[in-house]
Amino acid sequence: MTDLARTPLYDLHTALGAKLVPFAGYEMPVQYPLGIMKEHLHTREKAGLFDVSHMGQVILRGADYDTIARAFETLMPVDVLGLKEGRQRYGLFTNGTGGIEDDLMFANRGDHIFVVVNAACKGADIARMREALEPSVTVEEITDRALIALQGPASENVLSALNPAAADMRFMDVATLDLCGSDCWVSRSGYTGEDGYEISVPSDQAETLAKALLEHENVEAIGLGARDSLRLEAGLCLYGHDIDADTSPIEAALSWAIQKVRRSGGAREGGFPGADRILADITDGTGRKRVGLKPQGRAPMREGVTLYAQADGGQPIGKITSGGFGPTVGGPVAMGYVQTDHCETGTRLYGELRGKRQPLEVCALPFTPSNFKR
Amino acid sequence: MKYTEEHEWLLPESDGTVTVGITEHAATQLGDIVFVELPEEGDTVAKGDEIVVIESVKAASDIVAPLDGEIVEVNDALADDPGKVNEDPVGDGWFFKIKPEDPSQMDDYMDEAGYKDMIG
Repeated sequence: MTDLARTPLYDLHTALGAKLVPFAGYEMPVQYPLGIMKEHLHTREKAGLFDVSHMGQVILRGADYDTIARAFETLMPVDVLGLKEGRQRYGLFTNGTGGIEDDLMFANRGDHIFVVVNAACKGADIARMREALEPSVTVEEITDRALIALQGPASENVLSALNPAAADMRFMDVATLDLCGSDCWVSRSGYTGEDGYEISVPSDQAETLAKALLEHENVEAIGLGARDSLRLEAGLCLYGHDIDADTSPIEAALSWAIQKVRRSGGAREGGFPGADRILADITDGTGRKRVGLKPQGRAPMREGVTLYAQADGGQPIGKITSGGFGPTVGGPVAMGYVQTDHCETGTRLYGELRGKRQPLEVCALPFTPSNFKR
Repeated sequence: MKYTEEHEWLLPESDGTVTVGITEHAATQLGDIVFVELPEEGDTVAKGDEIVVIESVKAASDIVAPLDGEIVEVNDALADDPGKVNEDPVGDGWFFKIKPEDPSQMDDYMDEAGYKDMIG
């Protein structure tokens, strides 16, 4: 077994009785004694605390925000320049063929950009940024901070007990807040479809903060298992599954992430890897599209299930890329790619499960209404 | 009651049939069970056939027929309430009753002490 890294909250996970599994090179809690189902439901009803310290935290610095933003825009089909100070936005690194290399969050912090990338991609992402941005923009990986997510409708109440300014933040706002005596970089965002915060905290203060949050009666520790079912119900993509190097943002139904200014006719049209294909996909459409899929029976249909238009015969018309049981929905939920002529909401499709074709229906995402404080 | 290495329990009934389910240890390991696919009543099965599919929130797993025989009854209640397997694995969460072709196959399996040793 290769050496697994541990997050600053490792001892806390162990003390809480977490079941730890290898994930992206880290030993991470997949669930706590409460179990995935109850952890999921608790997060939707009250608040859940997630350790996401395995994710990559990066700071980009340059002469001023414009310099950093213009450089960063060469890597993403996203409006970085137009993002206001104190705000965060969703971004995508694309490749020369218009596929997605990773998805991320970035924030305008005035004199720098703070970036959070996926754990499994962080090495490649940092190399990509160094290659493209240095020396005019410096790329600093932050390795002395943990990342904690607090998610669920009670989050505002919980966090504002530690610092009332948390309540003043709106969805996708970022701010530096004093929490339990340490300077924390807080964003009002997350990966569950619920209101909540992501908190970058100095590693040596992470356990103190996590314990302070867990002391609140409405907060439970939540593992990666429930994080996955929460994001699936919320219709959010998991990199390496729902999006990858062969998927264009348009196929992935992420066109909303590409602001007008970067599209054909925009002031800063193109100028990012794969612009030819991505801009053409916007104009011409794509042959396949990511959609929500609701299995009609009770059996979950998971990643890899092949989709057909008919109950018998015919060629495959798509594939499930994420699927499982949705505890809030109370039944199986999935998403995947289907040929565009079969992607209309309400279309009946069939997934091949253990040799039998079972019906499912194309449906709108998310499965559960999102609950952001805008 | 007898136990298999696959964490099934086998309870001989007075009518000669054997009721089969999974142990509490197995149910805990699987986590929250959300779907159980059972064989059909009247199916003839061979020892080792995969005849039950269990889906937990985490993953799908198979349960094999522990004996040769005929399925005489299945626990239909699990279709609507698969969580019974977590709540009461050795009671209401049973899977099926099988009429064994060769009752001596029961001798292949562990008693409770043997099973407890196995799971440590």
